[in-house]
Amino acid sequence: MSDETMPPMIEARNISRRFGAKPDLATKIALKLRLAKPPSTVHALDDVSLSIRKGEVVGLVGESGCGKSTLGRVIAGILEPSEGQIIWRGKDRNSLSPKERHAAALATQMIFQNPMAALNPRMTIEDIVSEAPRAHGLIPKGERRDYVDRYLRLAGFDPTLKGRYPHQFSGGQRQRVNIARALAVQPNFLVCDESVAALDVSIQAQVINLFMELRERLDLTYLFVSHDLGVVEHISDRVAIMYLGRIVEEAPVEEVFRRPNHPYTQALLSEIPRIELTRRRFKAIQGELPSPLNPPKGCHFHPRCPFAMERCRVEAPAKREIAPRHWSACHLNDENVTSAGIGAIAASGASI
Amino acid sequence: MSALLEVRNLVTEFGKGLGLLAVNGVSFTLDRGKVLGLVGESGSGKSVTGFSIMRLLDKPGRIASGQILFDGVDLATTSEGEMRRLRGKRIAMVFQDPMMTLNPVLTVGTQLIEAVLAHEAVPKEVARQRARDALGLVGIPSPEERLSAYPHEFSGGMRQRVAIAIALLHRPDLIIADEPTTALDVTIQSQIISEFQRLTEQSKTAVIWITHDLAIVSRLADEIAVMYAGRLVETGSVAHVLGTPRHPYTRGLIMSVPSQNRRGEPLRQIPGITPAINRLPPGCSFRARCDRATEGCSAMPELSWEGARAYRCFHPVEGPTHER
Repeated sequence: MSDETMPPMIEARNISRRFGAKPDLATKIALKLRLAKPPSTVHALDDVSLSIRKGEVVGLVGESGCGKSTLGRVIAGILEPSEGQIIWRGKDRNSLSPKERHAAALATQMIFQNPMAALNPRMTIEDIVSEAPRAHGLIPKGERRDYVDRYLRLAGFDPTLKGRYPHQFSGGQRQRVNIARALAVQPNFLVCDESVAALDVSIQAQVINLFMELRERLDLTYLFVSHDLGVVEHISDRVAIMYLGRIVEEAPVEEVFRRPNHPYTQALLSEIPRIELTRRRFKAIQGELPSPLNPPKGCHFHPRCPFAMERCRVEAPAKREIAPRHWSACHLNDENVTSAGIGAIAASGASI
Repeated sequence: MSALLEVRNLVTEFGKGLGLLAVNGVSFTLDRGKVLGLVGESGSGKSVTGFSIMRLLDKPGRIASGQILFDGVDLATTSEGEMRRLRGKRIAMVFQDPMMTLNPVLTVGTQLIEAVLAHEAVPKEVARQRARDALGLVGIPSPEERLSAYPHEFSGGMRQRVAIAIALLHRPDLIIADEPTTALDVTIQSQIISEFQRLTEQSKTAVIWITHDLAIVSRLADEIAVMYAGRLVETGSVAHVLGTPRHPYTRGLIMSVPSQNRRGEPLRQIPGITPAINRLPPGCSFRARCDRATEGCSAMPELSWEGARAYRCFHPVEGPTHER
């Protein structure tokens, strides 16, 4: 488990990320002369902060389009933020020396959702796993074969099959190859972006167990990006919930699942499908995720929120610590309503 | 009253004589207004079963033997003309990807009106009314305006609503829903399922809900049928199959869902992978992954009946799964 007094291993500070076409010269002139509309930009991340300590598993949850993958990529370092800083072991990543930067990049690896798309179909498993460590000079001379075997075995993949190509394996096996490849450069921080979402239930359980086992054996730190609350609840120490480019709630996992504070978290939790033996009607939160091209003013959740007040429409709520290590961004917490009070309203509330 | 749908020993084969039996001797019945959850992992044959009932198998897939009795008509052998009259009118299908149902270059209105006129000779204005009402019924805001929108102008959840509107247009007796909410977010999934539940209950439509998600069928279905490697391995009521599963595979599936496990502990996993359909071991297909398998399992177990439930196993599991 992680030590709370330690400085974070990696920290995202006030990250914003916008996507949109950069205007070329002609458009710039047209804009100046007010002959063109400003190009539309997607606000994928809006002033997001998240810190991860060594040894911790942080779950990042949200619906599609909420920016969770973008945040994962920015933290992994494969996407530059538009604004904000990434602090790696106490230092701004942009102020690192080239050598430190290289080490930081190698120490952070990513595992993606679609195991086939992430593997080069024309390379054998052995080549795929050995390519990066060879390029970085991590394999001692004459030990290439053993090196690859060791990491394949670590990921639960039979090393005798390493001469084959990715298409010859099932989805679960391919994901193991991806994991072996990521581990082969000896990282200590893994960003898993929906890494088990594409797998069948029985295979998903195997891969989740593998992630947990590797964490113990290799002392890994994870950022686990997922839409699946059941998976996140099982694997994470701490959970951050995103809605339309912002983190709305962040707390230790038991706290989130026992005392969800933000109305969105409460709604999301009530939607987790669980196996039940009595037939029950599905009730649903109303509305859809608004477009990030044109997010609502104030609190992004207010058009769908059953407790929305006048203030929610104009002012974006700040993240506040409502209980030790439990952060939530909701105006209801200022209205002298305790979190238990909100819970009671939610329980009696009609249509979350 | 006889059952609405009775599938008897359905065998669906891909390529003649290659032994690729995607569906191998599947039988079940479905009464009017009931919901059957057809559960399995990828490659288990659950979708091919659905496509066989619709007679929408892509070549070289074909129904090799068996009967599909729909209200007395055998869909396995009936003429293509008769199938065309049934499809969309009395049996409808909803797919995982709504873009598969919708034509991207036609407006939603055109497609809905076309679907009305395909089975009913009504004036175009009436068809348009019907189309608009159908959109309103599935919870699409301002249906009048949305009739002239193209599929890409809808979100994924809204597109699936349109697909459901088309499926419900003629108040069919049977809807086959093939993972219709798998591609959607949780909150949208709940919306779609609750609409679907409301509408099919109103119109007494029977539903075959094909999915890998046990949690959804546990709340939605009356009966569950579990498939593994082309065969039914367990069937019965939700309380039976999910509460006290007899087949080790069903039990393994239930136990490997994260919410059925204690936090921080390893998930109880099923070892190994699903065997390829062309390399099935003789006997019970699950035996290589099963901790209860014995020598005897190299023979194929038949379905054993226990009242209204059945399972295909020599060494059935006893007792409930719920520990939490």
